[in-house]
Amino acid sequence: MISETSYNSATLEALREKARVIRVKALKEIACAQSGHPGGSLSCADILAALFFFKMRLNREDPHWEGRDLFVLSKGHGAPALYAVLSELGFVPEEDLCQLRQLGSNLQGHPDRNKTLGVDASTGSLGQGLSMAVGMALSLRLDRSDRRVYVVLGDGEMQEGQVWEALLKAGNSGLDNLTVIVDANGLQLDNRVEAINDLSPLRAKGDAFKWETQEIDGHDMESILKALEKCDQRNGKPHMIVARTVKGKGVSFMENQVKFHGKAPSSEQLEKALQELSADR
Amino acid sequence: MASTPLESLRDAYARTLISLGEEDPRLVVVDADLSSSTRTILFQERFPERFFNTGISEQNLMGMAAGLALCDRTVFASTFAVFATGRAWDQVRQSICYNQANVKIVATHGGITVGEDGATHQSNEDVALMRVLPNMRVIVPSDSRQTEEVIRTVHKERGPFYVRLSREEFPVIHESGYRFALGRYELLKEGRDTLVLATGKEVSEALTAARELEKIGKSVAVADCATVKPLDEEFLLSAASRYPRIVVAEEHQKAGGFASAVAEFLSERHPVQIGRIGLENVFGVSGKSSQLMAHYGLDSKGIYDYLQKFLG
Repeated sequence: MISETSYNSATLEALREKARVIRVKALKEIACAQSGHPGGSLSCADILAALFFFKMRLNREDPHWEGRDLFVLSKGHGAPALYAVLSELGFVPEEDLCQLRQLGSNLQGHPDRNKTLGVDASTGSLGQGLSMAVGMALSLRLDRSDRRVYVVLGDGEMQEGQVWEALLKAGNSGLDNLTVIVDANGLQLDNRVEAINDLSPLRAKGDAFKWETQEIDGHDMESILKALEKCDQRNGKPHMIVARTVKGKGVSFMENQVKFHGKAPSSEQLEKALQELSADR
Repeated sequence: MASTPLESLRDAYARTLISLGEEDPRLVVVDADLSSSTRTILFQERFPERFFNTGISEQNLMGMAAGLALCDRTVFASTFAVFATGRAWDQVRQSICYNQANVKIVATHGGITVGEDGATHQSNEDVALMRVLPNMRVIVPSDSRQTEEVIRTVHKERGPFYVRLSREEFPVIHESGYRFALGRYELLKEGRDTLVLATGKEVSEALTAARELEKIGKSVAVADCATVKPLDEEFLLSAASRYPRIVVAEEHQKAGGFASAVAEFLSERHPVQIGRIGLENVFGVSGKSSQLMAHYGLDSKGIYDYLQKFLG
């Protein structure tokens, strides 16, 4: 049974505020760089807030702590959101955020574990993160460790064949220490996922690949926490949460706009976006 | 070389893996449904819990290998050379090399000696594909004894390696008790007229050719250059200062492989004429391994003829 006391309304409020801060910081990073991916950074902000500030076991004093849960941002272009999280954890200095994508910066266009403290796997070429996570989950199981592995996949990313190789292997291996959250924002670079190469029914595909699946509103904090807690069950199946999200969530003129997949906001757009995000407070 | 015993490099690999598996509990092995061919099945029989078979999915193989390595394990990943390097190149590039994951890709069935399976399974571009990757080191062993030593070396050294083995049994050319040194070439035969820099099967073929050439008064030196990357720069510079003409022999395309690496280096540091023995921009065909070696001029007779012409 899920403990009734694992979170309360204050927890939810604090996490919503974290998600808001992640959005603000991610947009500022991208605006500084005048390069990066706002849409997919905004869509996964609530998921990242729930993972890093509620669910995952981490040690703020030691990013390399051996007991930590592992995280793979398979949709590596969501890096600005991840860097915002890492700055909130104290792993990335606040002043580095505006150095995103700049020559000499620790904050690469896509996450680099050898440059950025708190990044467990370098990702960027879509479709590769889940295989790495499967390897990690197998390793932890071999160690009889209770550490867990969390992955955020993009829905468009799931058009890559390698993802299905990894889903198949994880299901057949019964990796119940592995949780995948699909940031299903429904858009990819060119158009709607549905229009280009539809993935539905995604949850049914997960079921068919022997995963324990759930489908939730990926911006409803309570639903995210409930879903993540359900993934603590070790019942011989890996866990997939299909999180329905909105690309560009939180900024009216970016929401559901394909053009904000990989386009930085102008200074006027940034100002307007930050106003909207602070009005949410 | 007729009396030289033949030994399988694949078996030497498996033997060494099992021995290392006894010493190192963090060592794991992954394969993609070719374990009976790559011989990693022998490791599985001994250490079933530390062996993972991904099924026929080489991209996932390389990704899983990287993930296991990121959890502080030493990972040996095996499949055929053509799949390890071609099918999964981006995974090797990004999941393994960019992450600096401690993965040793030990691929079997390199080169034309794959034989009957034909062009789709013959890997004549793998060395080129692997050597251009940052953080990757590349080794092409010449016999079973060297293979054992190479496997021990890549296990000890942290970071990514590509080791290319063959389906073929190779003549044993190293003494027992031989010690391999990473990035160091071995002069196996002295010679005045030219030097053949060889890798893999071409080492023993070149030795045979050079011995035959002695009979007609040609004096050819032969070096075993197992480490394609990093190059033994000192050896190459000293060779270039001694020989105005050098030959590189490899079971690979002439383009992009070891010959290219040698030419890139020497053309900047000490230009000499370089002759290349390898495949000339062609796909292979089906046939017996020995027939193919002759067909493409890669056997001792082919090397003999090449050198005779080269030396004029």
